[in-house]
Amino acid sequence: MSTSQTTTGEHHPALAHQFDSMEQQQDASTFGMWVFLLTEIMMFGGLFTAYLIYRIKYYPAFVAGSTSISVSWGFANTLVLIGSSFTMAMAVWAAQTGRRRGQVWFLIGTMILGSAFLGVKAKEYYDKWDECHIPGHIIGKGFNTWGGCSAENPKLGNIADEIREKTPSEPETSAVQTAKQTEIFFSFYFAMTGLHAFHMIIGLGLLTWLLLRANRGEFTGQYFTPMELGGLYWHFVDIVWIFLFPLLYLISRHKGGA
Amino acid sequence: MSDHTHSHPTPGLYAIILVTLVIGTCATWAIAFVDLGIWNPVVALTIAVIKATLVILFFMHVFYSSKLTKLTISAGFFWLLIMITMSLSDYLTRTFLPLSPK
Amino acid sequence: MSTATTTPAPVMPAKHFLNDNYGIRSWLLTKDHKRIAILYLFSISFFFLLGGTFAALIRLHLLTPNGELFEADTYNKLFTMHGVNMVFFFLIPSVPAVLGNFLVPIMVGTKDLAFPKINLLSWYLYMAGGTFSMIAMVTGGVDSGWTFYAPLSSGYLKTHVIMLAVGVIIAGFSSIFTGLNFIVTVHRMRAPGMTWGRLPLFVWSNYAASLIMILGTPVIAITLILLALERGFHIGIFDPKLGGDPVLFQHMFWFYSHPAVYIMILPGMGVISEIVPCFSRKRIFGYSFVAFSSIAIAVFGFVVWAHHMFVAGISVYSALVFSLLSYAVAIPSAVKVFNWTATMYKGAIEMTTPMLYAMAFIGLFTIGGLTGLFLAALGLDIHIHDTYFVIAHFHYVMVGGMVTAYLGGLHFWWPKMTGRMYPEAPAKLAAIITFIGFNLTFFPQFILGYMGMPRRYWAYPPEFQVLNVLSSAGASILSVGFILPLIYFIWSLKYGEIAGDNPWKATGLEWETTSPPPTHNFHEIPVVTKEPYAYGEEEEVPVVH
Repeated sequence: MSTSQTTTGEHHPALAHQFDSMEQQQDASTFGMWVFLLTEIMMFGGLFTAYLIYRIKYYPAFVAGSTSISVSWGFANTLVLIGSSFTMAMAVWAAQTGRRRGQVWFLIGTMILGSAFLGVKAKEYYDKWDECHIPGHIIGKGFNTWGGCSAENPKLGNIADEIREKTPSEPETSAVQTAKQTEIFFSFYFAMTGLHAFHMIIGLGLLTWLLLRANRGEFTGQYFTPMELGGLYWHFVDIVWIFLFPLLYLISRHKGGA
Repeated sequence: MSDHTHSHPTPGLYAIILVTLVIGTCATWAIAFVDLGIWNPVVALTIAVIKATLVILFFMHVFYSSKLTKLTISAGFFWLLIMITMSLSDYLTRTFLPLSPK
Repeated sequence: MSTATTTPAPVMPAKHFLNDNYGIRSWLLTKDHKRIAILYLFSISFFFLLGGTFAALIRLHLLTPNGELFEADTYNKLFTMHGVNMVFFFLIPSVPAVLGNFLVPIMVGTKDLAFPKINLLSWYLYMAGGTFSMIAMVTGGVDSGWTFYAPLSSGYLKTHVIMLAVGVIIAGFSSIFTGLNFIVTVHRMRAPGMTWGRLPLFVWSNYAASLIMILGTPVIAITLILLALERGFHIGIFDPKLGGDPVLFQHMFWFYSHPAVYIMILPGMGVISEIVPCFSRKRIFGYSFVAFSSIAIAVFGFVVWAHHMFVAGISVYSALVFSLLSYAVAIPSAVKVFNWTATMYKGAIEMTTPMLYAMAFIGLFTIGGLTGLFLAALGLDIHIHDTYFVIAHFHYVMVGGMVTAYLGGLHFWWPKMTGRMYPEAPAKLAAIITFIGFNLTFFPQFILGYMGMPRRYWAYPPEFQVLNVLSSAGASILSVGFILPLIYFIWSLKYGEIAGDNPWKATGLEWETTSPPPTHNFHEIPVVTKEPYAYGEEEEVPVVH
């Protein structure tokens, strides 16, 4: 569907000067996007590697952490994101087949589903804040896993303060150790889902830009490269979540509750 | 080279992939509540890999793309595997044998 | 047109990329890869001088054993800022961003890189990263060492670690985009007839380095992000007090930083592969071996990182594996050294300045590389890890290797980039001064390290003073060797002899266009029919259609 210059000397307005043909431009741009996605694989991969190492080291604490996040919301969010990948693929198809209204509606659908995902994530983050599961003692009410938050149970305090007060000669209680390890689970939970959400927000920005251009009728079978690239980015973000869901939400669920 | 211009997925194919992905997600969720011992994470990750592969091949058009694209993606995952396995090779072998006899 | 002749004196072309457009906007908003290369040239020269100043202060301080010049904390800041500036803001970009940006499109025979706007973005990201780094510097400096080891950097230091880490992360993205651009350009934009087997080895080397850039740099980005999170939010990822693992930081840090040294050296090796055949008037020996060894170095370079961690507490068994693999990674480098030497054998050697730098490279890089094998031996590393032996090793490969190659490349392609020749006599003098100064600075450090002087110490036992004084004396000579080119390169812009298209009678597409090249590189896109490095076969420059 993408053709090179229509006649010799007549170039598609979107053909950049360094390329000889629309086909070369599309090829190079798509390949470039894949190379960029490779860098994203390695970036998330670093987080995944560190997560795997701690999961093996601190397995019981990770089970506890995983049990305390809502598998129902995670499951729902996975379906939402898969749906948004479908609508995105359809949007690219619509561009490729010259359907202007189709592109616009499918893009809007993708953005609605993406926003729904972020809304659910926000709710999940709020739940964690409420249960005092935010690691560190900078944000929120501090971290502890003994049930009830430090506001209600001032005697329990939070981990960081307790560590600061402990003298080296006193051995750590196993409760404190497990709590520290669970805090590490939540560090990874927030880092991984946070980085993912950050990418989704950027994705929504990209989709907005694509929507404006698609609405103007810029994308046809001859030139739909930005849609294709936006699609690749969006699907990648979906794939990251496809792995995040089992890794974070489904650790030893058969023992715990929903 | 790129032949996505001549053959590209149809909406029907996309719908089939969507349904498959949804089934896979439901399966992952349901199996998580069944005690398979050591196999739970293996099954979950296997399903995840299958889902990711479907997204890559069809939603991202890689099935219809050049060999270079396929090679690039394989290289990316291969490098990730290098990072994971060689890091784990340190952590998992730290207590193989005691360093000195007591 | 562009056939080299000997009779008429060369003239500057009327219109070329430097005078095509005037004004600051035409430079700061340029999409021309050659202008972006010049922008990088200015920026990295600045950071090189900055890093060099810190080095000078270090060597001054180490003249006496009792640390009389600076406080211990200040000394820590000096070596940190020296390392960060040199590694991230000079060595990593140097050849790719300056010479690579300028030459890769011309060498593959196309008008520009695949994504010119991303190329410009790369430079702005580099400048942004550099700005954060400068802010960290002027607000007190950072004293973590360029390696940012946790939990020191995340839990104990009072300096602006996060500011500096952010600067490094942003500069990392600059590197990623440069690498991305090179990979796509080499795969998808070669001129008709330019097969992979006809590409100059400089392109192969930059391509291999680009593979490392895109696969490795994201990992240091996420590592430093985690470090910043740990430091900012007091969570325990690497801090053992909070349940974390400091060795994990080292694994993640070195997963990038070891391949990073190959990002640094591979483009330099590419430069040598261009200079040596030209000034031996002989085709490169074993083209495919040199080409594939670049790829082999890139791949192997990713599986040796824990050789920086032998004494950090990793398992002995994985240390064994990493040690073995570290020996393996030396093999492709040795292949290159062998091939360059074999190229020179029975060649008609012309001792021009680039050739002097290339020959220095071959010798000094060999010493650096071999001493790396000393360090890769597990038993020996226990004694020389974290001593001046390590410092001498990496300065031999980085300065004796990389900086030498960079200077050689600058001299080789200066006529192409500016249309002017540099003055040969001062240039040769500078090369020799650099060589002498370099060896005097760093050879004593091998001995110091072997004798047990630790690195990053602000004071040392008095019996080490003689060698330290020798080293500092060498540093003062080395600095003269580095300042001289700055002076005569600038001088040459106005007073240098006009170079003409091909002053070196070299092969390669860049020599078949004017000096300086026109904005679109070629008046017509070439069709390539000749094999590369056709030296000594025909004396005329290949005709281009």
